Order: sequence, then structure tokens, then C-alpha cells
Amino acid sequence: MKRRLILLIPLVLFLGMAVFLFKGLYLNPSELPSALIDKPLPAFALPAVNDPGRILTQADFKGKPALVNVWGTWCVACREEHPVLNALKEQGITIYGINYKDDNASALKWLQEFHNPYQLDVRDDKGSLGLDLGVYGAPETYLIDSKGVIRYKHVGIVSQQVWRDELAPRYQQLMEAP
Amino acid sequence: MIPELGHLALILALCMAVVQSTFPLLGAWRGNQQWMGLAQPAAWGQFTFLLFAFGCLTWSFLTDDFSVTYVAENSNSLLPWYYKFSAVWGAHEGSLLLWALILGGWTFAVSIFSRQLPEDMLTRVLSIMGMISTGFLLFLIMTSNPFSRLLPQSPVDGNDLNPLLQDVGLIVHPPMLYMGYVGFSVAFAFAIAALLGGRLDAAWARWSRPWTLVAWTFLGIGIVLGSWWSYYELGWGGWWFWDPVENASFMPWLVGTALIHSLSVTEKRGVFKSWTVLLAIAAFSLSLLGTFLVRSGVLTSVHAFASDPTRGVFILAFLLVVVGSSLTLFALRAPVVKSQVSFGLWSRETFLLVNNLILVVAASTILLGTLYPLIIDTLSGAKLSVGPPYFNALFVPLMVILMMALAIGMLVRWKTTPLRWLQGMLVPVLIASVVLGMLAAFMLGDFHWAVLAACSLASWVVLAGLRDLQDKTRHKGWIQGIRSLSRSYWGMQAAHLGLAVSALGIVLSTQFTAERDLRMAPGESVELAGYHFVFDGTQHFEGPNFKSDYGTLRVSKDNRNVAVLHPEKRLYVVQRSVMTEAGIDAGFKRDLYVALGEPLEDGAWAVRIHIKPFVRWIWLGGVLMAIGGLLSMSDKRYRFKVRQRVSQSLGLKEAQV
Repeated sequence: MKRRLILLIPLVLFLGMAVFLFKGLYLNPSELPSALIDKPLPAFALPAVNDPGRILTQADFKGKPALVNVWGTWCVACREEHPVLNALKEQGITIYGINYKDDNASALKWLQEFHNPYQLDVRDDKGSLGLDLGVYGAPETYLIDSKGVIRYKHVGIVSQQVWRDELAPRYQQLMEAP
Repeated sequence: MIPELGHLALILALCMAVVQSTFPLLGAWRGNQQWMGLAQPAAWGQFTFLLFAFGCLTWSFLTDDFSVTYVAENSNSLLPWYYKFSAVWGAHEGSLLLWALILGGWTFAVSIFSRQLPEDMLTRVLSIMGMISTGFLLFLIMTSNPFSRLLPQSPVDGNDLNPLLQDVGLIVHPPMLYMGYVGFSVAFAFAIAALLGGRLDAAWARWSRPWTLVAWTFLGIGIVLGSWWSYYELGWGGWWFWDPVENASFMPWLVGTALIHSLSVTEKRGVFKSWTVLLAIAAFSLSLLGTFLVRSGVLTSVHAFASDPTRGVFILAFLLVVVGSSLTLFALRAPVVKSQVSFGLWSRETFLLVNNLILVVAASTILLGTLYPLIIDTLSGAKLSVGPPYFNALFVPLMVILMMALAIGMLVRWKTTPLRWLQGMLVPVLIASVVLGMLAAFMLGDFHWAVLAACSLASWVVLAGLRDLQDKTRHKGWIQGIRSLSRSYWGMQAAHLGLAVSALGIVLSTQFTAERDLRMAPGESVELAGYHFVFDGTQHFEGPNFKSDYGTLRVSKDNRNVAVLHPEKRLYVVQRSVMTEAGIDAGFKRDLYVALGEPLEDGAWAVRIHIKPFVRWIWLGGVLMAIGGLLSMSDKRYRFKVRQRVSQSLGLKEAQV
């Protein structure tokens, strides 16, 4: 009888997995856990990518509405996204970067070669800030207002179209707000 | 009219599948010959109708019938004809139809080539495959009909095939992968039929083994093609990303690898029966799970086609029925009697068990890593990602242990091996492989521990194989001896050699890749790892459905011309998407790889240049493994012996041939 019970283990494991799969069907991975919208950026104190001596905190991101872009050199999609960010920077949009779980040397190399769109770039090689932000994967882009409050989150590549349809109107709104 | 005929054929195929899955099974249970006799004609009818339906969809693509929704979404009149053909399986509905067609094909093949099986066994196998087919056809017809029309307002032209898929590799990659996925359904059906009939013996293992080998071979080729495609098509030289969809194809392959090894123990020694059955169920379940992950949009991925919860619910329900019921059956019917056969520590049985454990643990870690974000999300709502670091950290050490054990496993004998003899065989191999590894690590440039380890391990596997060959031929002399070895022996050697070659390719190309990303104006040149690259600028070029900037780089080494590379940046007009086509000079010892980044001012471009030593070995190893699979499968013991109408009385003695 005992041996029979052992044979049941695969079934139990599978049924357990099925529960998660079923719940997973109704989750939308591109939805931000609503908890973080309209909340200030989580507190952090991390070095800058291009200057290990300089410690950046959430206060450095305040002042004007901006995009906060989570990226990494290991992320395929970030390469696709990069030229768009460069173009946005040319248009005068403030972009902050969070270099997520990355090797700093390759990040520096990347920025040198592909052009640096980030006004400030946080070195989050341990992924602690990413964890607080609830980063699902790179790239992700947050829209924050001048007080450093998160207003919108986009998961995935910021393409010209995403900028035009989703981010630009909200950014405009934040710029016009007092 | 043609699409409607196709739709009708699909429905008829479903009817056939229902017949095939019910009456014959009841017949086998009640001993009713006539009902059992329905299995074969129903399987043939089903395959015919599926072929017809597939033909109808292909016809709609080739004649640009944009009134069919699926065609309008995935084709365009400007698309070259071969891409119109491959667009049939370019998206969700069509690839499901291909799935069903291949399943029909496998069922047909089983009904033709397994006529020597006892009738009740064959009937049960066909019935179970009919059930799987019923599920898939229901799914196809109810949620993803490829023949639905856009009437009355049908578009003038189609939306074009996703440019990423407009590639030769992608014409063949999905069919190969599906051949593998679906092929495991045969091993699965054999396992279930054996559980139902209470006939889990050496004969069962012998029947399933060639089918499993074919499926495993196809799946391997599919994975290699996918990896090769991402290497040259995604434009930045990576060949494996631990993407959920890649994992979905890799897990069944790993479990399938365990299965073919475990089947050989069950076939030759009659042990590990329950374990083998469980592996057969697992291999196919993971294939289904792969389908679920890709089709339901549960995990975000570049490959995910459709995020539609109704589809997801259907596949999940299907998965529950298939896997849940087969595991229940397993729990109820799997033999619990401890085998009488015993074996020692230094025996082939032990080492095949080690092989199985490592492969299953590897597949489980990948499964965990793939589903972990989903589990955490469900439990706490936190979003996180599991990246390549996790997979590499767990997978690489497991493969190291696997390769260490593999060499010993090739030499040890069934039952038990005298340790002294084994030492005599392997100590020289060990010394030689460490020496070779050191030599290679110091000769190949900068010293890396990884290179030393990889070269030593690869030599360890290859030399142990040679040592075994020497041992096998010691009585007859080389020529005579080599001739007398069976095909499945050569298959084993080829596949193991393939593993060593792949491992070398992976480590060497990762360690010694030289890459530069730089701005190049026409006429400028750059030196990289001894190669001299001259950029001749780009030309405009009009393809059938794209516009291209066609670059030219001349490469020379020591003032001798080596290659002229043509990387491209293509703009696909209909979908307005930009694709990178890398320029590659492929070589046995190194690849020169050039991709265009962004256009800069004055005709200059951001250019990415890689030199990747031994990268081709990764796929070469995969091809060797596939050759190994084919050799084993064509071994004569599967051709002659099965004909002798093996029955349950087949004892171990006969099976040991």
C-alpha cells in the first residue's frame, strides 16, 4: 500500500502545478500591481553607473516629470528600444535609467557604443531596487511626475508607437500640471 | 468554397478521431474483434481528411484568398510563394492544424509499421492517439478555426507574415519541432496501452524504443534549427536565451533523452519499469505543457502568438484530462512488485539511473525556473523574472556531472563490473584527458578554467568512447571488429560524441568570442582578433516585400582575402518593421559575424562585429546526436525481431540479443 502511495506523487505534483497554471491565465503580466501607481518611487541609495563614487537616491529623480527606464545589457529587447530612447532624449525628454542586474563594465561599454540617453543612471546590479519596484523583466518604463510619484508603467519595449499612444499624452499632462 | 471544404474535412476528421478513440478501446476490453478492427480504418480516414484540410488551407494561401481571416492576417500578395506556403503554420490556428496533421501522420505510421504487434495492444495504442487527436481537433474547431471568413468585407491585401518568420530556417523549424513533440505521443500511447493491458515488459520497451528515438531525433533537430535561426536572424549573435518557449522544447528533449536510456534498461534487463512509464508520460506531458505555455500567453515571450484566456482554459482542461488521467492510471496500475533482477554499484544499470536522475533534475530545474515567475505572481502578486544566470548556474554543473558519469557508463557492464578492470580501462583515459585539456587550455589563448574543464571533459567522453571501441574489437581486430558492431552501438557513439562537440562549442565560443560595436563610415576599417574588416558602405536594394540597406564588408587576414560579408537592414513594408540580417562567414573553426545597427550620418553605420570561434560546433554536436538517434533507430534488431510477433512470453534471454 505504501508503494502505491508513492506512485501518487507525480499526480499530486501535477495537480498542484495545474492550479498555478489556471490562476496564471487570468493574470496580465503587463499590469502593474496597482499598489505602486500613484505612490512615490521606493527609497534607494545606489551608486551611479558612470561614477561609482556618486550615490543616487530617489530625491535625485524629483524636479520634473520623467521616464524611468529599467534596462540591462543582457536584455535583447533593450537593444531594440535603445534608439527610441536616444531619439526621445534629443526631443528633450528627461530619462532616468535603472541598470538592472547587470555587469557595470558591460553597461558602460554599451552606453559608450550606443549613445547614452540617461540623465542619471542607477546601478542596481543586485536587483534590490528592481525588486521594490516590482520589475517583471527588462525593459520596463515608468512615468513619474515632478514629485517622484509613479504615474504609469509600461512593460516591454518603448517603441515610437508606444510613446505616441501611451506615454506622450500622459507625459504632456504631467508637464502641464502645476 | 475551398475553405469551406477544408472546414468540413476538419469536422469529418474529428468524427473519425472520436470513432478511433472509443469503439476500438471498448472492443479491446470486451474482446470484440469487429470493434477493434475499426481502429485502423478510422486512423487512415482521419489522416486523409486532415491532409485534405491542410491542403485547402495551403491552397487559400497560395491563391491569396484574403477573405479567409487567417490568410489575411498572415500573408500578402507580395510574399514569395515559399513563404506563403510556410505562412500556413506561421501563426496560432495554422500551427495547430499542422500539429493535428502530424499527429494524424504519426498515427498512420504506427498503424502501418506496427502491424506485428498483438492486436489488442495496437488497438489500444491507436485509440489513445485518437483521444489526443480528438482533444486537439475540438480545440481547433471550437476556438481556433483557421477557415473562418472575413465576409462580406474582405480586405484587398493581407497583413503580411511576421518578418521574423520570413526565413528558410523558420520554414522547417516548426514542423521538425512538432514532429518531436507529437512523436512523444507514440511513446505515451504505448505506455498507457501497456498500463491498461497490464503488460509492462521487455517487449513493450522494445516496441516503443524506435518510435521514441525518432521523436527524440526530430525534436533535437528542431531545437538545433531554432537556435541556429536565432543566431543569424536576431542579429546579435546569441544562440540560446532560456526563453520560456525554448525551455518548453528543451524540457521534453531532456526527459526524452532520459527515456531512451531508461527504455534500454527496461528492454535489456527488465528493471525500472514504472520509472520508464513515468518518463514516457512525462515526456509527452511536457510537450503538451509546452503547447500550453506558447498558446495561452501565460508567460510573456517573443514566441507567444495569442493571449486569449478561452484558448488557455481549453488547453489547460485538455492538459488536466490527459496528464491527470494518465498519472492516475499510473498510480493505480504501475507495477509495485520489486524487480527480481539485482545489480551492483558499478553496473550499467546504476549509471543509466544516474543519467536519468541528472536529466530529470535538469528538466525540473528548468521547469521550476520557467514557472517560478508565475507561481510567485499567483501567490503574492510580485512580479519577477528568472534570467539566464539562474539557468546557467544550475544547468552547467549538472551537465558536468552528466559528462563525468557518461564515460564510465559507456564502459561498465550490465549487472556488475570488476572494479580493477574498470580502473585499468579508465585511468589512462583520465590521465590523457586531463593532459589534453591542459594542452588545449594553454594553446587556445588566454587560460580559462572553463576551457580547461570543457576540453578535459570532452576528451574524457571521446577517449572513453574510443577505449570502449578498442575493447569491443579486441578479439576480432579493428576492421573485422568494427564491421561487427551494431548500428545502435554506432548511434550511441555518435550521440555521445555529439554531446562532447556541443559542450566544446558552447564553452569555447562563449570564452573566446571577440566583439566590437563601433561606428564605421564607408572606407573605414578595423582590426579584430587578427582579421581586418573594411566597410564599403551600403547600397539600396528592393526585395519583393521589403526595402533593404545592403552592406558590404571585406575581410582579410594577413593580406589574404577571407570573405565578403553582406549584412542587411530590411524594412518590411506592410508591417513597417525593421529586421536585421547578419552577414556571416561560417567556418569550422570560427564564424565571422557582422550585423548593422543604426544608420548614422554621412552613410556611416553602427556596426557590430563578432568573431566566434567554434560556434558551429554547438549545432554540429546537435546534428551528431540526431545522426546517433537515426542510427540506433535503424538497428536491425527492431526490424527483424519485431516481425517474430513478440508476445508477452518474450523473456529476457531473447531480448538480450
